[in-house]
Amino acid sequence: MPNFIDRRLNPKDKSLGNRRRFLKRAREELKRTIKEQIKAGKIADVDAEHRVPMPERGVGEPSFQPSPATGERQYVLPGNHEFSPGDRLPKPSARGGASGKGAGTGESEDDFQFVLSRDEVLDLFFEDLELPDMVKLNLKESVAFKPRRAGFATSGSPTNINVGRTMRNSYGRRIALRRPSRADVAAIADEVAKLEAESNASGAHQKRIEALREELDKLERRRRRIAYVDPVDIRFNRFEPQPLPNASAVMFCLMDVSASMGEREKDLAKRFFVLLHLFLKRRYKRIDIVFIRHTDEAGEVDENTFFYSKQSGGTVVSTAIEEMLRIIEERYPAREWNIYAAQASDGENSAGDSDLCVSLLHRQVMRLCQYYAYVEIIDERETEIFGTTDNGTSLWRAYRTVDSEWSNFQMTRIARPSDIYPVFRKLFARQPTMQLRTERR
Amino acid sequence: MAKGAASNLLFHDSDWNFETLSRTYDAIETIALDELQLDVYPNQLEIISSEQMLDAYSSVGMPLMYQHWSFGKRFVFEEHLYRKGRRGLAYELVINSNPCITYLMEENTMAMQALVTAHAAFGHNHFFKNNYLFQQWTDASAILSYMEFAKKYIAKCEERYGTSEVEVILDSAHALMDQGVFRYRRPPRLSSEKERERARERLEYEEQTYSDLWRTLPPSPDGDSTKDAERDASERKKALNLPEENLLYFLEKTSLILEPWQRELLRIVRVIAQYFYPQRQTKVMNEGCATFVHYAIMNRLFDQGRISEGSMLEMLHSHSNVVFQPSFDDPRFPGINPYALGFAMMQDIQRVCTDPTSEDRDWFPEIAGSGKWRETLIDAWANHRDESFILQYLSPALIRKFRLFLLTDDAGDNYCEVASIHNERGYETIRTALARSYDVAANQSDIQVVDVDLLGDRHLRLQHNVKNGILLDEASRDATLRHVRHLWGYDVSLAGVDAETDDVLYECSTAPNSE
Repeated sequence: MPNFIDRRLNPKDKSLGNRRRFLKRAREELKRTIKEQIKAGKIADVDAEHRVPMPERGVGEPSFQPSPATGERQYVLPGNHEFSPGDRLPKPSARGGASGKGAGTGESEDDFQFVLSRDEVLDLFFEDLELPDMVKLNLKESVAFKPRRAGFATSGSPTNINVGRTMRNSYGRRIALRRPSRADVAAIADEVAKLEAESNASGAHQKRIEALREELDKLERRRRRIAYVDPVDIRFNRFEPQPLPNASAVMFCLMDVSASMGEREKDLAKRFFVLLHLFLKRRYKRIDIVFIRHTDEAGEVDENTFFYSKQSGGTVVSTAIEEMLRIIEERYPAREWNIYAAQASDGENSAGDSDLCVSLLHRQVMRLCQYYAYVEIIDERETEIFGTTDNGTSLWRAYRTVDSEWSNFQMTRIARPSDIYPVFRKLFARQPTMQLRTERR
Repeated sequence: MAKGAASNLLFHDSDWNFETLSRTYDAIETIALDELQLDVYPNQLEIISSEQMLDAYSSVGMPLMYQHWSFGKRFVFEEHLYRKGRRGLAYELVINSNPCITYLMEENTMAMQALVTAHAAFGHNHFFKNNYLFQQWTDASAILSYMEFAKKYIAKCEERYGTSEVEVILDSAHALMDQGVFRYRRPPRLSSEKERERARERLEYEEQTYSDLWRTLPPSPDGDSTKDAERDASERKKALNLPEENLLYFLEKTSLILEPWQRELLRIVRVIAQYFYPQRQTKVMNEGCATFVHYAIMNRLFDQGRISEGSMLEMLHSHSNVVFQPSFDDPRFPGINPYALGFAMMQDIQRVCTDPTSEDRDWFPEIAGSGKWRETLIDAWANHRDESFILQYLSPALIRKFRLFLLTDDAGDNYCEVASIHNERGYETIRTALARSYDVAANQSDIQVVDVDLLGDRHLRLQHNVKNGILLDEASRDATLRHVRHLWGYDVSLAGVDAETDDVLYECSTAPNSE
């Protein structure tokens, strides 16, 4: 008799530690890959699994290996059809064709990709954003679920037994199977007792008692066989995990695409948008993203055009804000949608337009929006000049007045990825039980 | 239900449970022990899921393994192949231990479980217990506790010295794993308690005897004449037991810069390499033995009416998948399939013993027609490795059946030449060449420590004995040499010397201005 051991319930992820070490080792390369994928991909795709190619540097395992390009070798191969000794065959162009070994592993490692989980991707994404740990944790958290009643089930935990349902089933079954009721049994028992008390010794009398006893016995047995509550009767309350009440949000991405916004600026802006999207995704079930780009006129575009196509012209920021207001009016009524807006710009604006922007914000936009974040992307050299002062571009100076008046307006200057977070600080500091516009209604 | 007719069957449908597993095991055991006269370690059968099988894959098939990123890399790789459907998982995994642990996949059907039980728990198990290589070079009863010791020891080192400190040592040790086995000298037996005790004692001793004064000793006056130098060299070689083929062993014992715990890590890697060395030398025999055993047992069970026709067909289907040998020009050709070759050779031995042709009588006069195929096989399983087994038993009939031919490939030419085919003149050559291709020691690059002057500049000299002009791949050679330097602490050089002519073919060194 052998020793059988069922190991299926043992923990499965024995290799997790090894995997983590491997990723750590290839971290720099993976980070670069993820960064590129984020740059090329869509904002909403960050928050998912990513396929990455096998990293090359840092994970080599060298050993003394014979070089295939040297020496004399002999191979014994099966399946000779037409060769005789002395035949010469041209060598296959790829090395190792004869041994078959090199070809097999080489080709599968070439296009070898593996999947990074969402958590691992976010870890890499967060790395130089310098988010506080609490925020990282919050962002990685998946949607919270709440159990919700959803009908009945035949199995479940005893605490969830639905007594009403169970007893109704039990009653129906008892009727159907004609289980003798307690009253029936009691009536016969009474009659037997009454007859016995009469102490009549006649044969008919005795027979009557006998018959009744038998009847009583039969009923008792029937009662025993047909249970009062049978396992088939039992019903459990069924619960279904339901995501916590979430409403919809719309995120407006506003960006200046005039010539002064180069590759670096757009990359930083993208990270800024991604971070806001991650935040919203955690909180809302449905998020629409609207991309509005502007030069001296604004238009709604798709994501690809937003980040990659070039347009030339002047810069009139207010056109973008007006376009946003138009879209809100048309598609996203503020009563039903939580509106978030993120604006990225290098701070340039045509003369006099900044005041128009401010008045638009004051009068309309800030009343409609949950949050309005503005980042001004500056050169790293400029941080020293502008870093702390209120001086700066006309747009920056104008927005200062909005900032002081509205608590849901945030603005900052960024030159490095690590500067992005402060603009969201207030957003992330709020309690998870944030009041939603829809609930307030 | 036709109970009377069907009661003889061990199982009826494809679902398994522990009752049918155990009943089938008993039936298989009876045949294996009584009819095939196998001799096995006690069996322990463990049911695992596919995820756990993937885990086991990445830790080189051991149930316990220390942590290292390279296993994570392997895991990612295997998982990718599996998820893409490029590669199926093995139906079983068996560990050379006492008791012999066999992993069965939960997804297997009952017929597969029966096949796998016969294959691993009896075929492989018998081979592990009886083959001389395993008997001499591995210690089945100690390996599991040794692995436990190794895992704990390395975890403790990581805690104390930091993960990255441990990692760099393991990286270097892994690079030399192929050069970390004794090919000719038998390694001492190990037991985990003794190991632990020894590690502790060694540490204590080193701490007690450490004296800074030793470093201040003045250098001894040098002998000027070349004769003296030569004598010195031969003396110090003798003192260090050079030349030494086991690089890890040499570094563990002799390196001047390693801490005691670092030496212990080298030792662990070396012991594991040594443990797997016999498996690499007996791939054909081991798989052939297991395949032969499962085939014999399944047929016997079917003859006894204990397996239904449906189940038998399922088993035959996977059996023929396992022993499938595509020709060299088939896109699926991965090399010679050890299952196919091993199984065919063992069946061939059975045929020669019971029903020989006149050719067989010429080639195998001792066994042809003797009828004692069981004894012959059991003897072969016990006393051969792949190389000697093929050299001894590959018959002309089989060479014809596989249509084997010999191709010589000189890197200098732009063609390969067919040297021999399956004809009268070719049998011997093909047999010898095939046998040699399974000689692990001959196919691995032969690299040895030849000289080091511990009192001088401590330059470690390695020598690569080049056979048939096969050199080393330069990029990985230099990277590996850097690993050797890392463990040695001083410069290391490697010279390639032609094994026949003693010409120096190349020289390389980690020293910045190498000669």
